[in-house]
Amino acid sequence: MISQLAVQGAQMLAVLLLAPLLIGFVRKVKARLVRRQGPSLIQPYRDLVRLMRKEVVLADNASWLFRVTPYLIFAATWVAAALVPTFATGLEFSWTADLIVIVALLGSARFFQALAGMDVGTSFGGLGASREVMIASLAEPAMLLTVFSLALLAGATQLSTVAAFMGSPQVGLRVSLGMSLIALVMVAIAENARIPVDNPATHLELTMVHEAMILEYSGRHLAMIELATFLKLLLYMSLISCVFLPWGLDSGGTGPKSLAIGVATYLCKLTVLAILLAVFETAVAKMRVFRVPDFLGAALMLALLGTLLLFVSRSL
Amino acid sequence: MNSTVALLLCGPAAFLATTIMAAGASRLAAATRLVYGATLVISAVLLATAAGHLAGNPGEASATLPLGLPWTGARFRLDGLSAFFLVVVNLGGTITSLYGLGYGRHESLPHRVLPFYPAFLAGMNLVVLANDAFSFLLSWEFMSLASWALVMAHHRDEANRRAGYIYLVMASFGTMALLLAFGLLAGPAGTYAFDAMRTAHPGPFAAGAVLVLMLLGAGSKAGLVPLHAWLPLAHPAAPSHVSALMSGIMTKVAIYGFVRVVFDLLGEPAWWSGVAVLLIGGVTAVLGILHALMEKDLKRLLAYSTIENIGVIFASLGLALAFKANGMPSAAALAFTAALFHVLNHSFFKSLLFFGAGAVLTATGERDMEKLGGLIHRLPVTSFVFLIGCVSISALPPFNGFASEWLVFQAILRSPELPQWGLKVIVPAVGGMLALSAALAAACFVKAFGITFLGRARSAAVERAHEVDRWSLAAMAVLAAFCLLAGILPGFVIDSLSTVTLPLVGERMPVQMAQPWLSIVPIAESRSSYNGLLVFVFITISASLAAFFIHRFASHALRRDIAWGCGFPDAVPAGQYTAVSFAQPIRRVFGGFAFRSRETVDMPAPGALEPARLKVEMHDVAWEIFYQPITGAIDFATERLNHLQFLTIRRYLTLVFLYLVILLLVLALWP
Repeated sequence: MISQLAVQGAQMLAVLLLAPLLIGFVRKVKARLVRRQGPSLIQPYRDLVRLMRKEVVLADNASWLFRVTPYLIFAATWVAAALVPTFATGLEFSWTADLIVIVALLGSARFFQALAGMDVGTSFGGLGASREVMIASLAEPAMLLTVFSLALLAGATQLSTVAAFMGSPQVGLRVSLGMSLIALVMVAIAENARIPVDNPATHLELTMVHEAMILEYSGRHLAMIELATFLKLLLYMSLISCVFLPWGLDSGGTGPKSLAIGVATYLCKLTVLAILLAVFETAVAKMRVFRVPDFLGAALMLALLGTLLLFVSRSL
Repeated sequence: MNSTVALLLCGPAAFLATTIMAAGASRLAAATRLVYGATLVISAVLLATAAGHLAGNPGEASATLPLGLPWTGARFRLDGLSAFFLVVVNLGGTITSLYGLGYGRHESLPHRVLPFYPAFLAGMNLVVLANDAFSFLLSWEFMSLASWALVMAHHRDEANRRAGYIYLVMASFGTMALLLAFGLLAGPAGTYAFDAMRTAHPGPFAAGAVLVLMLLGAGSKAGLVPLHAWLPLAHPAAPSHVSALMSGIMTKVAIYGFVRVVFDLLGEPAWWSGVAVLLIGGVTAVLGILHALMEKDLKRLLAYSTIENIGVIFASLGLALAFKANGMPSAAALAFTAALFHVLNHSFFKSLLFFGAGAVLTATGERDMEKLGGLIHRLPVTSFVFLIGCVSISALPPFNGFASEWLVFQAILRSPELPQWGLKVIVPAVGGMLALSAALAAACFVKAFGITFLGRARSAAVERAHEVDRWSLAAMAVLAAFCLLAGILPGFVIDSLSTVTLPLVGERMPVQMAQPWLSIVPIAESRSSYNGLLVFVFITISASLAAFFIHRFASHALRRDIAWGCGFPDAVPAGQYTAVSFAQPIRRVFGGFAFRSRETVDMPAPGALEPARLKVEMHDVAWEIFYQPITGAIDFATERLNHLQFLTIRRYLTLVFLYLVILLLVLALWP
C-alpha cells in the first residue's frame, strides 16, 4: 500500500517536473533542425520561475472566474496527466478514472479556459474561445471514437488494462489500430495547439487560437496556464506511448528493477516522440483556420471507420 | 386501496383544490405566496412518499376510483417506474415552487399563472400514476392544456400566441397518436386497463405500429426531431419557473409514457425497434444542440438544449431495447439505468439553468444575450450557480451530467456483442453522434455563460441589475448542490434505480455502494470504473496545492489596469464577440448540412462610403421539409372545401344522401 502510494506520488511529481523539460527538448530539436542554436533545455523552467516572480496585471473588469481559472486548468490537467500510466501500470489510483474520464477532464480544463478568454471582453479572447470550441467540437468526438476502438479491442476503457492488452501478443497488426493511431496523433496535434493547427510561437491575429485565449494573462496566472499546457503535451505523449508503444511498462509491485526499466524505456519513448513532433512541425506549414475542420474531420472519419470496422468484424 | 397510493392520489386532489383557491383569490396580494407555499408543501409530501416507496422497495400497489368512464373506473398504480418518475416530478415541483415564491412576485399577470400552475403539477402526477388508458389520456390532456394555458399567460405578445397555437396543434396531434397506440394495445376486446394490456401481447405488426405511434405521441411531447418545432417556441414563452417545469419535468413525463408502453405494456421488443429509437435519438441530440448553438435568446437556447438531452435519453433507451430484444439483460440494465440517470440529471440542471435565465430576466428584463454581458459582477450568486449548471450540462467531470453520459458510453461499448448487422453499423455511428453532441454542448454552454455573464455590459439594463431575491437563490443553490452530489455519488443513484430496472428489463446493475471508495463499476473493475468523488477530491487538492504553493513562493504583486485594446482607447462593448459571432466558426463547419446556411459578403465599391455587410441565410430544415408541405396541403384543402359553406339546402341534402349511400355500401361490402 505505502509503496504503491509512493509510486503514484512519484509519478505525479515526475510528470510535473518532466513536462517543461519535454517542451525545452522539442524547442531545442526544432531550432537545431533549422540550424539555429536554440535556447537551452531548461529555458522553460526559467520562464516559469520568471513569470512567477512578475506582478500580475489584471484588466479592470476581470472577475473572480478569471483569477480562479488558472488553478482549475492546472489541477484538471495535472490530475488527468497523473492518471495516464507513464512508466508503470496498475497504479494505486488508476481505477479512479478511465480513458473517457481523462478526455473529459481535459474538456473541463478547456471549458474554463474558453470562459476565461471571454471574461475581459476583448475581441481577442472571444476570437480564441470561439475557435477553440470549434476545434474541440471536432477533436473531442474523434478522440472518444478512438477510445471506443481501443476499448472494443481490449474489452476495457481502463488504461492499465488497455496497455496490458496492447503489450500482449494477442493484439497483432490490425487496420483499425492503424486508423486509431493516425486519428489520435491528429487529435493530439490539434489539442496541443501545435503546427499545422495552431502555432504556439506566434501572436498573429489571423491565426491565433490558444494564445488568443490567454492573451490577458500575466505573471503567476500565466505560469500556471503555461505549465498546464506543458503537462498536456506530456499527457498526450504518455498516452500514445502507453497505448501504442507499451513495451517495458512496469505492471505494478514487481520490484525496483522493473521500475527502473519502466522509467528508462519511458524516457526513450518520450525522446523519440519529441523528435518526431519537432521534425513534423518543421516539415509542414500552418494551415488556415478554416482548413482545420477538414483536418479534424479526417481524424473523426478515420476514428469512426476504425470503430465501425471493429463493430462489424472483431478480427480487423 | 393501498394507503401509499391513496396518499399519492390526495396530492393531485390537493393541487386541484389549490387551483380553485387560486382562481378565486388570484388578485389578492398574498395569493402568490399562498399558492406557491401550498404547492411547495404538497410536492414535498408527495416527494417524500414516492422516495420512501422507491427506497423501501415494497413492490406494487394499486387503487381504483369510481371516476371516469362508468364501466371502467379510474385505475391507479404505483410501481418502481412510477415511483421514480414521481420523485422526478415532485422534486422539480418542490424546488420550482420554492423558486416561484420569489420569482412569482415579479409576475405582471398573476391571475393568468397562479390557477394553472397547481393544475399543471396535478396533471403530471396523475399521468405517472394512471393505470388505464382512459385515465392516462385524460391526465395527459389535462397536463397539456394546463401547460398551454401557462404558455399563453402573456398572450398579448404576438410571438407567444403563435407559440401557443403551434403547441396546441402539436399536443393534439400527439394525443391522437397516443389514442391510436392505446387502441392497438387494447385490441378488439377493448381492454383499457394496463394490467390487461400487459398480458395481451400484440402481433409483430401491431407492436411495430404501437412503437411508431408512441414515438410520434410521446416523442412530440418530449421534443424528438422532427416533432420538436413547438418546443423552442412554447417552453421559453411561459414564465421562467414554468419553462423549467416544462423543459425539466414535463419532457420527462413524456419519456415516462414512452417507457411505460414500450418497455412494460408492449412485451418483448423486436430488435429493429432499438435501431429506430437509437437513430432518432442520435439525430435529435446533434440537431438539437446545433440549433441551440445558433440561438441568441437565452431561454430558447436552453429549450433547444433540452431537445439534445432528450436525444441522449432516447438513444440510451434504444440501446436498452436492442439489448433487451437480444436477451442481454445485464447490458440492457446498464443502458436503461443510464437513461433514467440522465432523466434525473437533466431535470436538475435544466431547471437550474431556466431559473438562472429567469433571474437574469428579472434583473435586466432581457432574454437576448446580445444585450447582456458582464453579469458576473452584478449577479454574483446567480452567475456562480448558473456556471455549475453549465458545467453539469456540458458533461464535464466531476458533475452529474458526466456520470450519466459515461454510463451511456459504457453501454455503447457493450454493443459489439449484438448479433444483428443493422445494430452493429448503427450503434458506433450513434456513439459518434453522442460524442459530437457532448462536445457541441460544451461549446454551446461556453457561449451561453460567456456571452451572458462574462465580458462587458452590452446594455444599460445590465448596469442597473441587482441580485435576485433569496427564495430564487435558495432554489438554485439546492439544485446546484444536487448536480454536484449526483456527480460525486453516482453509485447511490444507480442503486436506487435497481427497483425500476429489475421488473422492466429483467436485471439490475451490480450493487455500487459496496465498491471501495464509492467508485462506480458497471461491469468489472478491470474493464471500466469511475470515481467522481475521488476526481473531485483530487482536483480540489491539486488546485489548493497549486494555490498554496503560488501564494507561498511566487510574487503577490497585482495591478489593475485597463485591458490592452490594440492602441484603440475606449473600446466600446459592441466590439466584443457576440452570441452570433461566437457561433460563426461552428456555423461554417456544420451549418451547410444542418441549416443549409449561406454567407454572402456585400462589399461596397472602392471609395464608396456605405459599410460592408455580411449576410447569413439559415433555414430550419425540419420546418421546411415536414411542416410547410403539411400546412400547405391543409391550406390547399381548406381553400377547395371552402365553397361547401355556401351551398343551398338542396345540395346539402344531396351530400348527406350521398354520404349515407357510401356508408351503407361500405357496410355491405365489408367482409
